[in-house]
Amino acid sequence: MTGRLEVRKTYKLFIGGAFPRSESGRTTPVTTPDGRLLAHVAQASRKDVRDAVRAARGAQGAWDGRTPYNRGQIIYRVAEVLEGRSAQLAGELEAVGVASADARADVERAIDAAVYWAGFADKLDALAGGVNPVAGPFLNLSTTVPLGVCALACPGTGVHGVVSLVCPAIMAGNTVVALAGGPAALVTSTLGEVIATSDVPGGVVNLLTGDHAQLLPWLADHDDVDLIDLSGAPDGSAADLEARAADNLKRTVRTGGAEDLLTAMAFCEIRTVWHPARI
Amino acid sequence: MTTTPHRAAGADSGTAGLARAFAEYVPSIEARDVVTVRPRYGLVIDGAEREAREGRVFATTEPATGAHLADVAEAGDGDVDDAVAAARRAYEGGWRDLPGRARAKYLFRIARLLQDRSREFAVLESIDGGKPIRESRDIDVPLAAAHLFHHAGWADKLEYAVPGMSARPLGVVGQIIPWNFPLLMAAWKIAPALACGNTVVLKPAETTPLTALLLAELIAEADLPPGVVNVVTGPGTTGAALAAHPGVDKVAFTGSTGVGKAILRALAGTGTRLTLELGGKGANIVFDDAALDQVVEGIVDGIFFNQGHVCCAGSRLLVQEGVAGELLDRLRRRIELLRVGDPLDKNTDVGAINSSAQLERIRGFVEGAAAEGCRIDQPARAIPSEGLFFPPTIVSGLGGSEAIAREEVFGPVLAVQTFRTEAEAVAKANATAYGLSAGIWTEKGSRILWTSQRLRAGVVWANCFNQFDPASPFGGVRESGFGREGGRQGLAEYLSLAPVGA
Amino acid sequence: MLSLGRDTRGSVLTGSLLGAPVRVAAVDGYALEQRAARLAARSVKRESKEAGLELAAHCIDLTTLEGADTPGKVRALCSRALHPDPDDPAMAPVAAVCVYPALVAEARAAVEGSGVKVASVAGAFPSGQSHLADRLDEIRRAVEDGADEIDIVLNRGALLAGRLDVVHDEVAASKEACGRAHLKTILETGELGSYEMVRLASMVAMAAGSDVIKTSTGKLPVGATAPVALCMAEAIREFSDQTGVEVGLKLAGGIRTSKQALGYLAIVAETLGPDWLTPDRFRIGASTLLNDIVLQRRFRRTGRYGRTHDLPVD
Repeated sequence: MTGRLEVRKTYKLFIGGAFPRSESGRTTPVTTPDGRLLAHVAQASRKDVRDAVRAARGAQGAWDGRTPYNRGQIIYRVAEVLEGRSAQLAGELEAVGVASADARADVERAIDAAVYWAGFADKLDALAGGVNPVAGPFLNLSTTVPLGVCALACPGTGVHGVVSLVCPAIMAGNTVVALAGGPAALVTSTLGEVIATSDVPGGVVNLLTGDHAQLLPWLADHDDVDLIDLSGAPDGSAADLEARAADNLKRTVRTGGAEDLLTAMAFCEIRTVWHPARI
Repeated sequence: MTTTPHRAAGADSGTAGLARAFAEYVPSIEARDVVTVRPRYGLVIDGAEREAREGRVFATTEPATGAHLADVAEAGDGDVDDAVAAARRAYEGGWRDLPGRARAKYLFRIARLLQDRSREFAVLESIDGGKPIRESRDIDVPLAAAHLFHHAGWADKLEYAVPGMSARPLGVVGQIIPWNFPLLMAAWKIAPALACGNTVVLKPAETTPLTALLLAELIAEADLPPGVVNVVTGPGTTGAALAAHPGVDKVAFTGSTGVGKAILRALAGTGTRLTLELGGKGANIVFDDAALDQVVEGIVDGIFFNQGHVCCAGSRLLVQEGVAGELLDRLRRRIELLRVGDPLDKNTDVGAINSSAQLERIRGFVEGAAAEGCRIDQPARAIPSEGLFFPPTIVSGLGGSEAIAREEVFGPVLAVQTFRTEAEAVAKANATAYGLSAGIWTEKGSRILWTSQRLRAGVVWANCFNQFDPASPFGGVRESGFGREGGRQGLAEYLSLAPVGA
Repeated sequence: MLSLGRDTRGSVLTGSLLGAPVRVAAVDGYALEQRAARLAARSVKRESKEAGLELAAHCIDLTTLEGADTPGKVRALCSRALHPDPDDPAMAPVAAVCVYPALVAEARAAVEGSGVKVASVAGAFPSGQSHLADRLDEIRRAVEDGADEIDIVLNRGALLAGRLDVVHDEVAASKEACGRAHLKTILETGELGSYEMVRLASMVAMAAGSDVIKTSTGKLPVGATAPVALCMAEAIREFSDQTGVEVGLKLAGGIRTSKQALGYLAIVAETLGPDWLTPDRFRIGASTLLNDIVLQRRFRRTGRYGRTHDLPVD
């Protein structure tokens, strides 16, 4: 037999635009339903959480400083690259046991979510902010501002669970640390490659594969995380995580990745500027 | 150039004496008899006033004199249960299903009644809280009425609150308010809650319960159904019982960051909606080209308004080095004119500190700053020897690590720091756990926009300070809390929203 | 030659009579109006009110500036100036009478020896739109006729056209023409368009040697207002801080009631200090105000509301 030997892929974390292995050196074996080894996926540790938050914080100011139109274009580029990689992503889902049709549907929903949020960026201020008619000689203007660094506990087993939280968060000018685990590990790692090739600046999106139960408390405790979306948090963990988040008044939300204005509003706050209109 | 001495008729020591006699402004005291302070106040539950179940009462005093004003019922857990149950009955028994237009009319009624009795409210607010009558008369009461009037008009237009979202009330709302703006905070809380179809249990601050109880009386005059607005008075434990009550669908709290965090922990995992409006350490940034005479007034309004008992006070002055000396000279000259004293004197600029505990806290901060070698400036004019008063104070020569530069003093104390560039101003302004308010003073428009876009603050006042309006969303970022009060954004906090058609 | 330059902090006047540059601060209208409104609303009662009203009367330039003025009218005005309340001999005379140049001699004769000053408008009042030589000549003749004080109008046309040098040099020439008399320069703030321009006009007028700066001619619908008074008082304070020269303030135009007058006193007292409230540094140009003060004083004395129809008429 003279068939060409396949080059296997190493599934790593995505932090600050780079693909490190876990600082801890730990990996999780991901197998097919029948037990064949697919990969040893990097298993993020608390120090990887720390590094990812640092990378996200470092990238936040410049990302927020871009125009909404530019952020929208970059997110649209994510959708374009996702489309090109859709067969690979669906294949990685199928490999871990997702039915073929479901795998394809998940990837397609993820692509469409990216397109939805790409087009939202330059509508957000118009929909959530505005000029307020105050009873005085003032221009009173409310605009949206991002929270800063958002930690995302991604739900589900596929691509959509990650993309549907990451995109609205970065659309609003936040940078993110997204955590996905279990069967989603392969596609989450691949998603890093999509983002790395989509004009998204390093550090804006950081993807960790690992265990929610182990890592979410670190994110909920982290003083430099401004919001935590618990959409994919394990059942029964909310009370503990929300109590931890209280220490720095971290916002806790559960957007579930719904494609609507409420999700967008969950990822931003309102800043109101007054100026007298008198000479 | 020289000026020739020029003496007109009367230009003698006689007019100098007249001028000083004029500028003394003999006390001009607002009459107290416009309001009757009863010896005893009860809880307002289900449309009736009643004693606490356990019969406990607490005293409220007049900060300007220390005099005992009234005994007020202290609500225990059982009373909070009763109030929440009454609110639930009122909600399910009709308020929820009342047409928005009818709720609007009720709110318009309350607004008008408040305007009718504005003087009574203003005097009572100054007596119970210690704030100058000029402020309670010109700001607190009119603004409270404006909040009621503004939100009344929203009650039948809630489908426009958030684009594309259908809106439903949340249910029973527990509202806990502070002592610095007792009536105004009550109106800020009650007006949007009722407009959105919720019913309310309100917990006023322990030291300032009287205007909220008078407001409850006025709500009864407006013929609101029993139980729509309930008032439970008491200390922090009453508030804690209300916040953690399982029958409450939403908690709205204004107060300290410490208590806000405790409420967050208490509600963790419950799914109860929550908005928090907490402390602040607002930076008032003055660039070297600013209109300095107006800046001085803005700084004074920013920190000495309501004795500095203001969460969004401009308590940190950041001034560009080139004008720091000149601005501080003007500011020191200006505070000499501030009149500290009887809150009911119409010419009083700075009233009484709300409680002796707060006065001690303020003293501690200023003494600490002095011990660290900071320069302390206070006016020469004496403050009243009786009652709870503290002079307007400017603390300069700060490094930035002192407690007074970082922590919320909640008193008439301004901490001054300098900066050199726009970027440094922004960095210093943002170097705090809080994020409620900030001020920018410059004549250059692009500098206002550049700076405001980088300030971590929910409200930015440019060439003005401490402006409030019911149409303008107010609230903080970071540890100053979350959620907005006022404007469309404030309404959303009192609504259950879902995409139209969902 | 006077010119307006800029540095990082804003505007600077250079080349004035003073030699040293004079900074012209920016003005923010909203905060200015808020402060002025609050000062004008000071609650002035009892002894403070009594003192304030007496002081206001002391500081009045009792004025008649009508085409129909005659020697008889001026004599009647002077009589009121000397005895504002015929029933109350204790009530002191006003600071000055203010008339047109042709009636200066008449006024001089009527007040001679009383300490009441004679002020005259001069320099093509109220527009100022005449040749400088003619305006200076008018000033000199009014002084020759016995005027102690000359009220000229600032050249608003030149100011609004950006010719600060012209504005400055004309005021300086007027000051020279005044000789021993005091120069009061009217800015006519109702024509200046913004508080910023009021502040600039104030600084130019002071830099050119004005002894007093004055709000208005009284010939426009808009006269003195609380924010304009505050704006000019702040300019005077800043000029004094920078140069050590203390310039007076005269408010005129539309000041008719005691309440207005007390508000203006509060603005000056809390901006320049109570010591500024003397007739040599503070004036109110008015006519009907005096009667209102008399009425208020009578009410204080008797506890009854009075009438005006038995007061002297000029």
